[in-house]
Amino acid sequence: MLQVTIDNHTIEVPEGTTILQAARMIGGSIVPPAMCYFSKLKGTGGKCRTCLVRVAKSSEKDARPMPKLVASCSTPVQHGMVVENTTSQEVLDTRKSIVEFLLINHPLDCPVCDQAGECDLQNLSYEHGLENTRYEEGRREFPQVDIGENIKLHMNRCILCYRCVYAVNQLTNGRVHGVLYRGDASEISTFIQNSIDNEFSGNVIDVCPVGALTDRTFRFRSRVWFTKPMDAHRDCKTCSGKAVVWMTGNDISRVTARKDQFNEVEEFICNECRFDHKNTTDWVIEGPRKIDKTSVISANHYEKIKQAAIINPVKKIIEKQAEK
Amino acid sequence: MGRKVLTDKIHIPGIETIEVYKNNGGYETLKKALKQMTPSEITEEVKKSGLRGRGGAGFPTGMKWSFLENTSVGPRYLVCNADESEPGTFKDRFLIEKIPHLLIEGLIISSFALGAESTFVYVRGEFKTQIGILSKAIREAYASGFLGKNILGTGFSLDIYVHSGAGAYICGEETALLESLEGKRGNPRLKPPFPAVKGLYDRPTVVNNVETLAAVVPIIALGGEEYAKIGVGKSTGTKLISACGNINNPGVYEIELGLSVDTFLNSNEYCGGLKNGKNLKAIVPGGSSVPILPGNLILKTANGDDRLMSYESLSDGGFVSGSMLGSGGFIVYDEDACIVRNTWNFSRFYHHESCGQCSPCREGTGWMEKVLHRIEYGHGTSKDVDLLVSIAKRIEGNTICPLGDAAAWPVASAIRHFRHEFEFHIENPEIVKNIKHHSPEKYKVAVS
Amino acid sequence: MSSNIIDHKLFKIEGRAAQFSAETLEKVKSIIARYPQGRQKSALLPVLHIAQEELGGYLSVDVMNYVASILSIQPIEVYEVATFYTQYYLDKVGKYVIEVCRTGPCAICGGEDITDYLSAKLNIKDGETTPDGVFTLRTVECLGACGYAPVMQINTEFYEFLTKEKIDTIIDDLRLKANTDKPKESKWVEKF
Repeated sequence: MLQVTIDNHTIEVPEGTTILQAARMIGGSIVPPAMCYFSKLKGTGGKCRTCLVRVAKSSEKDARPMPKLVASCSTPVQHGMVVENTTSQEVLDTRKSIVEFLLINHPLDCPVCDQAGECDLQNLSYEHGLENTRYEEGRREFPQVDIGENIKLHMNRCILCYRCVYAVNQLTNGRVHGVLYRGDASEISTFIQNSIDNEFSGNVIDVCPVGALTDRTFRFRSRVWFTKPMDAHRDCKTCSGKAVVWMTGNDISRVTARKDQFNEVEEFICNECRFDHKNTTDWVIEGPRKIDKTSVISANHYEKIKQAAIINPVKKIIEKQAEK
Repeated sequence: MGRKVLTDKIHIPGIETIEVYKNNGGYETLKKALKQMTPSEITEEVKKSGLRGRGGAGFPTGMKWSFLENTSVGPRYLVCNADESEPGTFKDRFLIEKIPHLLIEGLIISSFALGAESTFVYVRGEFKTQIGILSKAIREAYASGFLGKNILGTGFSLDIYVHSGAGAYICGEETALLESLEGKRGNPRLKPPFPAVKGLYDRPTVVNNVETLAAVVPIIALGGEEYAKIGVGKSTGTKLISACGNINNPGVYEIELGLSVDTFLNSNEYCGGLKNGKNLKAIVPGGSSVPILPGNLILKTANGDDRLMSYESLSDGGFVSGSMLGSGGFIVYDEDACIVRNTWNFSRFYHHESCGQCSPCREGTGWMEKVLHRIEYGHGTSKDVDLLVSIAKRIEGNTICPLGDAAAWPVASAIRHFRHEFEFHIENPEIVKNIKHHSPEKYKVAVS
Repeated sequence: MSSNIIDHKLFKIEGRAAQFSAETLEKVKSIIARYPQGRQKSALLPVLHIAQEELGGYLSVDVMNYVASILSIQPIEVYEVATFYTQYYLDKVGKYVIEVCRTGPCAICGGEDITDYLSAKLNIKDGETTPDGVFTLRTVECLGACGYAPVMQINTEFYEFLTKEKIDTIIDDLRLKANTDKPKESKWVEKF
């Protein structure tokens, strides 16, 4: 076992554990945010740079700090390592910079985005972002594309985390979408008009940290905070059948996989469960699901935001939700 | 006259053919290495030589090789990085074109030292002619028994393959190069693991620059200690410098490390001074990504010492008043060059060449280009210069690979040393709007 | 300056048959054989160069799908690569693709004037093709020939120390040549 100290919390972890995984074991506010890393998908991580941390001491043998900030999601722990996340101003300042970079080409169209309320980027910006932008130039614009009958690709919102590419690579045979072009012209696309048709393809919606890949069967049906998430299961031949059904009154508005406190899918579900079973009779409802990591659904601390006039209606809704 | 160990024979007619190369002592060093030395003895000589990677980073080659030792059984690879694409650098192209067998001889000796039986040369796709020249030379080497099975009866077998890039600066980064060689997009890999552990096809791999591998031939011929006598201090040996810009004799020169910048710039043996009797404004001494230095700081360090063409002397003063030897791309700017335009130009280059994988580089390079474009074309505002400094600082050190730093340094250094030119653009929009390209008029107006 | 709005295209399968000649296919197979078994995707970049040159001058969807089938990989893997590297053309280009270096060292030696001159002479902008389909003009980043600035390459043949007079001669020569159906002097398939 290796001993690692993160923001003054010490823990023992098995060899091969990354700093981020160790931080998650400790839990709480010291866990670095991660926009591209997804523990269930091999090879993800290192790209968004939001999880950068400072290694103040490399190991028991080598007491020197690492020369640069490192991506906690892809840097393995060494015995005696000392890591600073929230205790380092440099890390917090850098995280602000990264959020700024992630937002300069993001449309900030949360008011019309289905992901609003359960968006990792929204949470990240709320916690680490600046109130104003210094970016004056035009933003990238792409037309919206349907990739298959159930999935909408809204490339403007994409932060190029590559999670969906890894998901399709690892969950299905025969990937048809990928990252095309390069630099800030990169885009998720099928290149030719092509649909992602595979019984597990719908999981790209759940792994997408933003509103770039959304569920067409739920599109504009309801804001997520108006729906009630319920744990439910059904007898499914393809997947575990364990899901969350999002209820509007007595109707099921959408079905998603169950997600943990880090907003990661617990078990991937099949497209049939996700898209084709919207009747309550199809499901055994277990009870309300506790949502840990979402800004709007469970949090109620939006008062810090200054443009109160715009936010107020939302805030009222949040408060109402919180009262329930 | 400095000593030359790489280009001493390039003026011999026909030296690109194996016959002439052999008649002039070519492949003799290979025989010595394969027949009289063990792989670890060769590595030892390379260590003793003090040779540092000639691609830009300057990492000690012998040390890089020794990381590969003691790894598991199974194939291991040597990959030659000929994806020369750092603006200002064109030395590898020159070497391949003029004396391809020197590289091949170096490749065989190095592969033997590293235990590699398949070696790939990744040449940038634009060098189609050089790819042809190298492929032809490799065919000649096979025909002469220097490649293939059981080379020179030693039991050592080696195949060398030429692989082409297709237009992507980022593939000069060693892990992006490996990805590209595997037929993928040139996205740099996360490190660790380093290529010495998990490189090409997940096997232990060494990636070295063309000039580095060519230098192995004189190192083995002379012996590491003798080679280390060339040069100055830790900058041992010779270096190919590709000189370009506003000088009389642009071209590739082999210099002994430690030559003074003044001599290199002004002597007729090398650059031959500035063209048309103009005055020196600035020099980028090691390829576009290293900091630009104004004339006074490139010829003398901040302490008043003569600046030398060496790793240490060029970086004397750190980022405040120094630069770097980098890949040896020596770009000279005369008094008419517009530093703002050049900075925008480089910034556009890095924006264009960013792979787009990590967010600071993907978003930051484009942002810098847009702000610089604004300033260059007379639409800048007073806060733009500080904004640029801030963006550059936020990219630097926070990216997966060094392209982020390479994009940030030229901007930061240009503002550090030529802030007045940026401010001139912002304060005189009408003048800069009406003057095209690099033009002496821009600043003549400023003076009058 | 690059545009903020990215021109989004959905490329179409044209259904044109793409097929290497038997001779080229042999060469392609020999290139594939250089890489370890199961790593045939490694040959993608060289094979795309050959495909582009021999199968229509640009990489249409059909050509890319054909290359994917030869290498036993998914078509998307080819699209990902073809769109990443600048030497691959996704749209029809002229018989002669003129690529002028626009990067710093060439620019301070008059490279920008050369681009302007070519643009005026051919009456096309960066990225366009002449109506007769003979010339495409593109500005490209550093060609690694800075000491011979300003430089350009036309179908990967380099032209150095360019002046307006040299451009006149080069273009006039190529115009004449365009009418004869002479094969290219320097083919990718012969380079490996």
